[in-house]
Amino acid sequence: MLGIIDISPVAGSVAASLISCLEATRSVPMEDACVQSNLADGPDSTQTAHAGLREPASSPLAPEAPLLSGAEITIQAMIDEGVDYVFGYPGGAVLHIYDALFQRGDAIKHVLVRHEQGATHAADGYARATGKCGVCLVTSGPGATNAVTGIATAHLDSIPMVVITGQVPTPVIGSDAFQEVDTVGITRPCVKHNFLVKRLEDLATTIRKAFYIAQSGRPGPVVVDIPKDVTDPNIKIPYVYPRDLSIRSYNPAKRGHLGQIRKAVEAMLDAKRPIFYTGGGAILDDAAAPLTELVRALGFPITSTLMGLGAYPMTDKQFVGMLGMHGTYEANMAMHETDCLIAIGARFDDRVTGKIEHFCPHAEIIHVDVDPSSISKNVKVQVPIVGPVGSVVTDMLGVLRESGGRPDQTALAAWWKQIDDWRGIDCMRYDRSSPMIKPQFAVETLYKVTDGDLYLTSDVGQHQMFAAQFYPFDKPRRWINSGGLGTMGFGLPAAMGVQLAYPDAQVACISGEASILMCIQEMATCKQYSLPIKVVLLNNGYMGMVRQWQEFFYESRYAHSYVDALPDFVALAQSFGHVGMRVEKPDQLEAAMREAFAMKDRFVFLDVIVDPSENVYPMICAGKGHHEMELPPTMSERELA
Amino acid sequence: MRHIISMLVENESGALSRIAGLFSARGYNIESLTVAPTDEPSLSRMTLVTRGNDDIVEQIKKQLNKLIDVVKLQDLSEGEHIEREMMLIKLKAAGPDREELKRLTEIFRAKIIDVTEASYIVELTGASRKLDAFIEAVPEGLITEVVRSGPTGILRGAKGLTL
Repeated sequence: MLGIIDISPVAGSVAASLISCLEATRSVPMEDACVQSNLADGPDSTQTAHAGLREPASSPLAPEAPLLSGAEITIQAMIDEGVDYVFGYPGGAVLHIYDALFQRGDAIKHVLVRHEQGATHAADGYARATGKCGVCLVTSGPGATNAVTGIATAHLDSIPMVVITGQVPTPVIGSDAFQEVDTVGITRPCVKHNFLVKRLEDLATTIRKAFYIAQSGRPGPVVVDIPKDVTDPNIKIPYVYPRDLSIRSYNPAKRGHLGQIRKAVEAMLDAKRPIFYTGGGAILDDAAAPLTELVRALGFPITSTLMGLGAYPMTDKQFVGMLGMHGTYEANMAMHETDCLIAIGARFDDRVTGKIEHFCPHAEIIHVDVDPSSISKNVKVQVPIVGPVGSVVTDMLGVLRESGGRPDQTALAAWWKQIDDWRGIDCMRYDRSSPMIKPQFAVETLYKVTDGDLYLTSDVGQHQMFAAQFYPFDKPRRWINSGGLGTMGFGLPAAMGVQLAYPDAQVACISGEASILMCIQEMATCKQYSLPIKVVLLNNGYMGMVRQWQEFFYESRYAHSYVDALPDFVALAQSFGHVGMRVEKPDQLEAAMREAFAMKDRFVFLDVIVDPSENVYPMICAGKGHHEMELPPTMSERELA
Repeated sequence: MRHIISMLVENESGALSRIAGLFSARGYNIESLTVAPTDEPSLSRMTLVTRGNDDIVEQIKKQLNKLIDVVKLQDLSEGEHIEREMMLIKLKAAGPDREELKRLTEIFRAKIIDVTEASYIVELTGASRKLDAFIEAVPEGLITEVVRSGPTGILRGAKGLTL
């Protein structure tokens, strides 16, 4: 699969790139380029780019250190990091690296995507499903800018990812060379950190640093921008991978403060109406096991954000559903009434809190997070604990057992009684007798057909909310969606990363007809690598969530939320070499889904025509608090309408 | 409230834009920012003046600390500290104004460091408020140019902001 190096229209012709670079070199003397970059760079950039490293790059090398070029170092460093998949797209500035990759055969499997955005989402999906670091390799200029959406997506959801971008040769940096952009500048606000490697001697250390930073503390994407001359195959230096690394300015918390943890456990034991509120951090830190143990030991209700679903089994009776804008009535009411909120790896996002002034008005708040800047950012908390979620929760369990304390059982029973009353409202009711397929019914059917054993990626919009509401995940890393950035087009490429990581698992992408078109080209990648993903398209002809907001808040003026010229998705899937199916009647849905999932080795695109007028309920409208939810219409209200 | 935040940052390319970018991206304000290398060549010292309520300044400090390039950070405003800013000010000094401006310079213990028939350049160092006061004291219409370094600062006492 490495045999053919495509030069994309995006990447332009290599020849043009080379000519342009040569010309640029002639017209811009090296000194000028340096002066320019100094001005742009701020503090004295003549210093080594890696002053933070305790072990300098010039440390004595083992005599047997092999001589490698920059391109070979890039590949070897990835191998030394244990990278198995690289998602990428070649182009002029990364050709040396691709050549080195080619020469290493199958040491690293490269997945050729059809657009750099697809590469980043695929690496992201791989990282979310496995907990390992996702890796991308893209060229300079448009290669890098195309990757930005995926980098920002990973950044907002704290996903560990290393993105290697090619750059124009150092002598022409700053000269507006062909396919030159200031990649480090463009990505700076949407990465955990980024590097421009100006010297070959710094390359191995920088890649090591990138993987370390991406995966430690609060994870995130790291960009390593490598100019083409740094990867020159003719310049070789001894290579030793700097395994033991410490960065003096970067020391993420390893344990929570035990005094604070004791205080938190005391507050939990004193609580009358407690609730756990967990987020993506619980999944990122693989804290599901200790979290489940702690929640069960205490007998408290637990709710989760969109990002945290699956850290605690959603089918368990202590789980009261997702919270926030489209969370359950019981979860949000419990948040409003709680006297002790235990927030774990969650960041009090505006979609979760509703109007901040109304947020948890009666609660003492305990907040566990590895990132100190998440604590008291949006909501002031009384018991802050900075530390990795898994270790803190484990310590909480230890303290709880040591104390031998038990929560107030009478108060807890009354609290559960109250929660059960709220549950009785049935906040996610929908019309089950509809002659059209309701999107909720489609998700319920998906759950039934897959026995709840599925990796489900999602795009963004109504289908995402319906999936989160109606597909109960009992395991972490099974629900994969762009929560923070809300990136349409995420689902399909993310599913590729998941399927490659787990070739034998059932992987599906739930999407809408608007979202899927944003990365539809990746169907070709799925064909090339024989990925048996199942796309479940909830096709309502509208950008459903936009339409819903226009109905609620713009007096049903549906400005450009209706997609007037949709492709025939069945034919489209077939043209990519896949199986396409369409379902329009509720009574045909289950059989069609069973048929699709029975095709274990085929990519199946299931175009499910759903009710175009369905809305996501319940809902906290903008500017409202948790206790001011809009509930779905009752049967009689529906009839009136 | 006004805060003076002092930082040791990696003397690396891009460190300054990371810090400046953080402020613009999160909507914090920077009143002034000074930066220069220290005795340790791998480190720069940055002094940043910002304004905000306690919660905002707390967030600013956390966000700055989160940047990989920021090695150490101190809010000078939290303790006894010394603050100094330097100003170079070019004044129209002709006729009767010449004597008046010279007197003013002496009162403020400033120095005249350049003289022509029609102008003085005055150098003045002190707390920012002292510099403000000098500007106010110059009779109207006599200022040609004002160049201020922005404040730098250091904590009083034996303890230092070091690695």
